[in-house]
Amino acid sequence: MQHLADQKGAGPVRSYSEAIAFAIMLAALIVAPMLVYPVFLMKALCFALFACAFNLLIGYGGLLSFGHALFFGWGAYLAAHLAKVGKLTLPYWFGSWQWLTIPLPPLPPELAILGGTLFAALLGLIVGALAIRRQGIYFAMITLALAQMMFFFAIQAPFTHGEDGIQAVPRGKLFGLVDLADPTNMYVFVLVIFLACFLLIYRIINSPFGEVLKAIRENETRAISLGYKTERYKLVAFVLSATFAGVAGATKSLVFQLASLTDVDWPMSGEVILMTLVGGLGTLFGPVAGAFFMVTLENYLTQIGQWVFVVQGVIFVVCVLLFRRGMIGELAKVLRVKL
Amino acid sequence: MFEVFGIPSTALFGQLLLGLINGSFYALLSLGLAVIFGMLNIINFAHGAQYMLGAFAAYLLLQYSGLGYWWALLIAPIVVGAIGIVIERCFLQWLYKLDHLYGLLLTFGLALIIEGVFRNFFGSSGLPYSVPPTLQGAQNLGFMYLPIYRGWVIVFSLVVCLATWFVIERTRLGAYLRAATENPTLVRAFGINVPRLITLTYGFGVALAALAGVMAAPIYNVSPQMGANLIIVVFAVVVIGGMGSIMGAIVTGFGLGVIEGLTKVFFPEASNTVIFIVMAIVLLIRPAGLFGRAV
Repeated sequence: MQHLADQKGAGPVRSYSEAIAFAIMLAALIVAPMLVYPVFLMKALCFALFACAFNLLIGYGGLLSFGHALFFGWGAYLAAHLAKVGKLTLPYWFGSWQWLTIPLPPLPPELAILGGTLFAALLGLIVGALAIRRQGIYFAMITLALAQMMFFFAIQAPFTHGEDGIQAVPRGKLFGLVDLADPTNMYVFVLVIFLACFLLIYRIINSPFGEVLKAIRENETRAISLGYKTERYKLVAFVLSATFAGVAGATKSLVFQLASLTDVDWPMSGEVILMTLVGGLGTLFGPVAGAFFMVTLENYLTQIGQWVFVVQGVIFVVCVLLFRRGMIGELAKVLRVKL
Repeated sequence: MFEVFGIPSTALFGQLLLGLINGSFYALLSLGLAVIFGMLNIINFAHGAQYMLGAFAAYLLLQYSGLGYWWALLIAPIVVGAIGIVIERCFLQWLYKLDHLYGLLLTFGLALIIEGVFRNFFGSSGLPYSVPPTLQGAQNLGFMYLPIYRGWVIVFSLVVCLATWFVIERTRLGAYLRAATENPTLVRAFGINVPRLITLTYGFGVALAALAGVMAAPIYNVSPQMGANLIIVVFAVVVIGGMGSIMGAIVTGFGLGVIEGLTKVFFPEASNTVIFIVMAIVLLIRPAGLFGRAV
């Protein structure tokens, strides 16, 4: 992953570049709902967060997960279920299969999202612990395979309602006070979640933990010889990434009031990779730019139906062959700053 | 008619047969993936799309030029293999010096393009392709009826797999291939054209996928997404077997097909997921894979 470090050597690092870029992004996101349809913006924000979570893993840890739809989709399923039904039934083995019922009422949105997030973190722990046992290309294949397994589980589990998905999820009242059925309130809520997670990811990347992660990306053997338990670092990075992906999915299920099989299927994993790649792997703002670009593009391409996949494929090929730094990566190179 | 573990023998052996057929496709595809990965250091995500291309080549040959199954078995792998060679020359050859991940991403993009185009022209529903007349009918084996075509698929793919093993492990060409996998620079110094060897290897791996596609056409319908879900299972097979050994890929492919078939009989709910569960267990017990060397 040597090339990812390119931009650091591109010139003198101006320490304010990231702060300025953040201010521009913030201003744009505050002004945007006056110009653009809020649901579209909320969709883009959810995918931007999803892509940032994915980027945390590949851009800074050098781990390509091909199964991130798993965390996004199951975060969405659980949040939607908690917000709409609440009651949890879990099978357990005690001589024979029994059902353990936790009688919960339908939960308010903040708890529903929290529930979805925690579940995604748990899945991240299980999948991550299995996947980090192999490196490189195998890691991608294992995450893809485990995600596909959970996709089949999503088809069979009764609470996901199969092809229909969980529909008409109520947005509810935030902390019992703010009515999220109102688009403006919902937009502010999504924006706050996005910004909080974005800043948290920024903090993680620039923490000592993040530095060790980058060292592992550049040269894992050397990191091991320096005494770092790289497997633990990779596992923590994986769980963090899964958790943020879960937040994105859970929020998305409230925005669209829907959690469906599309969210857990492998094309979704491909899409988040594409967003991150288009924006720029290993850049802070790249995933956000990439997500807005792809969501906008798909918005215009809805008329052409199935050709969307062809367009996505072409963008993949072009990016990999000619444009590996991505939009923000190229911009950072031209401006000679860190973004 | 008799029963095994309370299951009628026809059902048990029927599923076992289907499992062996799936297993032969897993074996052919994971073999191709392993050969390609060995030489190109690329995981060919387009392998499923190329398998689908093989099936469509058979279908189109029959529709537009009246050439039947046997011709398709010969022509489809050559045509699709040639497409593979073009892909290698146009796209993949620029990636060898980069991280492995880019090869995976590029071939993923190619798979999206190929499958998307075919879905636009042929729709999502499957197109029928009939069993060739010489292989129609079934043989009564006493404990089950064996459709002759299905028996043919298992035998023929086993022959192809073993022939591939023989070529790679026991011939001079195979020795060049293995040497170039270990140390391409040194092999080039001996005057062997390694880049051409790489191109041909990719073409051969793709041709194997197309061959599997032709054989699958009469069993499953010919449809644009027939390869997309298969390739993910094949990835799991490759993780279980490890890509270090040709024979390992063959044994793992057939073995997992049988396990999947048996699961369909005894615990049908898990038949879609059993291979992934096996993969998780193998990762816990033998992280390098059954036939893999530790990475």
